[in-house]
Amino acid sequence: MMAARRGRSAGLIRLALYGIGLVPAVVSFVLGATNRLGADPVNTFERTLGLWALRFLILSLCITPLRDLTGVNLVRYRRAVGLLAFWYALFHLSAYVALDQGFDLHTLLADVTTRPFIILGMVAFTILSALAATSNGWAIRRLGRRWKALHRWVYAAAICAAIHFILSFKVIRVETLLYGLVVAALLAFRVYRAAPRRAKAPPV
Amino acid sequence: AVDLAAQPGPLSGEGLKPTPLRDVTHYNNFYEFGLEKTDPAERSGDFHPRPWTVRVEGMVAKPRTYDIDALLGRKLEERIYRMRCVEAWSMVIPWIGFALRDLLAEVEPLGSAKYVAFESVVRPSEMPGQGGVLPVLDWPYVEGLRLDEAMHPLTILAVGLYGQTLPNQNGAPVRLVVPWKYGFKGIKSIVRIRLTDRQPRTSWNVRAPDEYGFYANVNPAVDHPRWSQASERPIGAGGGFFGASRQLTLPFNGYGEQVAGLYAGMDLRRDF
Repeated sequence: MMAARRGRSAGLIRLALYGIGLVPAVVSFVLGATNRLGADPVNTFERTLGLWALRFLILSLCITPLRDLTGVNLVRYRRAVGLLAFWYALFHLSAYVALDQGFDLHTLLADVTTRPFIILGMVAFTILSALAATSNGWAIRRLGRRWKALHRWVYAAAICAAIHFILSFKVIRVETLLYGLVVAALLAFRVYRAAPRRAKAPPV
Repeated sequence: AVDLAAQPGPLSGEGLKPTPLRDVTHYNNFYEFGLEKTDPAERSGDFHPRPWTVRVEGMVAKPRTYDIDALLGRKLEERIYRMRCVEAWSMVIPWIGFALRDLLAEVEPLGSAKYVAFESVVRPSEMPGQGGVLPVLDWPYVEGLRLDEAMHPLTILAVGLYGQTLPNQNGAPVRLVVPWKYGFKGIKSIVRIRLTDRQPRTSWNVRAPDEYGFYANVNPAVDHPRWSQASERPIGAGGGFFGASRQLTLPFNGYGEQVAGLYAGMDLRRDF
């Protein structure tokens, strides 16, 4: 009975996570649709969505180090956070395609084939799509051991997304570098953990 | 801001609807005050555009130092120009100013002068963006024009907009406006104008030469490496997301008839 109650409260927390997680998107959409998002609303909306995609992606990468370093185990919420990252990436891409470029296929095609900055964003989105599509119980059972290997691609997505963010401004900004550093630190933690523990090499 | 008397200029664009004043003064780039478009309006309150002088020197017969009051006392014109930012957004701004060529004529450029170099003020105590953790640009901001571009009647020194002296955030007290070039060529808060025989260094070209050329003519056929320049988002249409869709960017920002001749025989893909 205790387990059932814990399961139910985890479910409620997950639901609340989706609800709260989508607040920035809803708020900025309403502001933008009612002309309260500044002088360049489409650009502001696009950037807001992209930034939240990166934030949720980073949050999803924090869960393992948090568990290993502090013992706080939030792994049961990781799927929700990861899916939020995917949804924001999808909104970000949709805003760019529909609101910003007005479905101008010529420009969009040139963008995704010639501009490294856009290509990085698309690579990140493609990976997140694959991960979102296989984030259900059926796919986890079906893929077995390969599921874990597939979901390690989230590291590549984070690297691409961080560089995409850094390159989205005309100059290198402190803010974008900080996001990049956080991603680097989270990945470095994994590399460090995965490295085989060896005895110190004897002095030559 | 002080009211300025100005004649409507004959070179204003026909049928252009000016962007609302609020957007012109609250959405722009002026990295001396910060990187966000809202920074210039929010962080330029400590800036003192007076007293002010502009030194005009170099390869000229009569170098001169102009006081800002003398510049404001000149015969001023209103010029309603399109403004196209290299970031693919655009405005229409009713500038007040005078033709740069009139000022240059007074200092009598020497035959050897081929270019005009401009320099902005450096005042880290009044311009918070000139400090900062990461170097953004080398200060002072510098820009340049070929002499024939500088002498073109469309090229003005602006001292006001919307009938008043320039707000700090828009480049007070005097700035350059070259309507057929990307906005970053319009150097703000000018303290020095120097005529020279060598192509001057320009801030953005030094920062990223593959992204920003010396000429920086508005050109829908030459993309920025990270985005297309074929179209632009007009600012200030109102209506939020659904107020205004992108509009096509015009060669030379719509001033091709007047200025294309300056570049006859040049490969504008190379000299972008």
